[in-house]
Amino acid sequence: MWNSLQLYAHYFKIQFHSAMEYKTSFILTCIGQFLVSFNVFLGVFFMFKRFHNVSGYTYSEVMLCFGITLMEFSIAESVARGFDTFPSMIANGVFDHIMVRPRNEILQVLGQKIEFTRIGRILQAVVMFSYGIMKSGVQWSLAKVGTVLFMLLGGAALFCGIFLIYAAICFFTLEGLEIMNILTDGAREYGKYPVNIYGKKVLFICTFFVPYALIQYYPLLYLLDKGAWWYTLLPAGGFLFLLPCYGLWRLGLSHYKSVGS
Amino acid sequence: MKKYFSFFKLRFSMGLQYRTAAFAGIATQFVWGSMEILMFRAFYEADASAFPMTLQATCSYVWMQQAFLALFMAWFMENEIFDSIVDGNISYELCRPINVYDMWFARSTANRFSRAILRCFPVLIFSAFLPAPFGIMAPVSVSAFVWFLITLILGALVTIAFCMLVYMTCFFTVSSLGVRMVAVSVVEFFQGGVIPIPFFPEKLQKVMELLPFASMQNVALRIYSGDLAGVQMKKAIILQVFWLVVLVAIGKGINRLAMKKIVIQGG
Repeated sequence: MWNSLQLYAHYFKIQFHSAMEYKTSFILTCIGQFLVSFNVFLGVFFMFKRFHNVSGYTYSEVMLCFGITLMEFSIAESVARGFDTFPSMIANGVFDHIMVRPRNEILQVLGQKIEFTRIGRILQAVVMFSYGIMKSGVQWSLAKVGTVLFMLLGGAALFCGIFLIYAAICFFTLEGLEIMNILTDGAREYGKYPVNIYGKKVLFICTFFVPYALIQYYPLLYLLDKGAWWYTLLPAGGFLFLLPCYGLWRLGLSHYKSVGS
Repeated sequence: MKKYFSFFKLRFSMGLQYRTAAFAGIATQFVWGSMEILMFRAFYEADASAFPMTLQATCSYVWMQQAFLALFMAWFMENEIFDSIVDGNISYELCRPINVYDMWFARSTANRFSRAILRCFPVLIFSAFLPAPFGIMAPVSVSAFVWFLITLILGALVTIAFCMLVYMTCFFTVSSLGVRMVAVSVVEFFQGGVIPIPFFPEKLQKVMELLPFASMQNVALRIYSGDLAGVQMKKAIILQVFWLVVLVAIGKGINRLAMKKIVIQGG
């Protein structure tokens, strides 16, 4: 375990040096990343200029939800977005190199490309998260602070799981599926509102199939004093979700045939 | 003119080849569209009187937006063009007796339209069968439909003319990623891609409608649902033509400047 961390740290260092070779471009891209995600916030902001609540949520409650979801996504993204380049790794044979090395494959895949410009997006998530927490008007107690932390961890686990599924599917299709965007960027985009505003069917899917509601809607109800105490425990579902994702990855791995190029 | 038209034809038939990719894209667009509509429904239920358009018109707007995504989304730029500037392949283009700006313009137009044509019908047909307020409605009148088609094309051309400016900046900065990202999110927001322009507060809306971005998807989608008609519509169309001319003029100007200064660094 310690050894793996060291390896990752080494990858990190190499990638960082290579990013720093093009400083101006790096900084401009960071600024770009920072600004891009403001669109979602502005969309919510202007909707609430016109409407004062949605499905019983006020602006500040939605902001809390948005901040937490964005933060969950950003944490996951900084860890696991490396899977995005996985289709090209299979196509150009880099994955074959990885297979012959006596180290964990996932670790190596993630180390191949670390996108440091995401720091702009992470910064933006931190800003939105702090804004959401400050705006929320929640009476903070130890239990509630714990709930938020648990949500962040569980949510990050869930999104990591989804990135892993995206990569695992590439074993079978050899190319990335655009449809997976719904589960990643779509979830970030539509996670700005608590999932129940989209209606009962969506809530059902998001509870039992892809458990977004467990890391967002239910614990949020607890934070807003609208739900039972045990909703706090539900983000654990995010960790459980990792199991089938990892299973799919293993299955794909055993199914892998080099494309030979 | 003929050579640019053949560029258009070439690209157009190339774009029509990617049917599987189109299929996956269509499925994605259904889900995005549905989620968007469910969101608007929630706001509609919260306060119907604050809704600036009818729910039916809003839903049509969302479906049309999904169907013609390829025409208006600024992020749908051509990496080939950026790459050719960075890796020097542009030198081949410069050897040809053609204008780079015009060629790229023809190429982008073909790419966007072939993609849109491949993708629009399934979305349109499917959404036509959805129950009353949530599906797409029939156009309010024949003349509105004709105007819709005209402004759809005009809007796409304005979008392409704007993207051309972004390609042009690449001549001066080499790494265009930052500029590109900012440009994309500005376009997305101001053309009514995040929420339709009528949903903004009145004062802001007045300003937004004058910007070139409002001449992109906003006009066509609102004419279709009958939200924009009469004098308002005419004004919007005149503005579209105005911005198209201005953006193309600026683009050509920058192009001329870039061609004078361009240095191909071997390779």
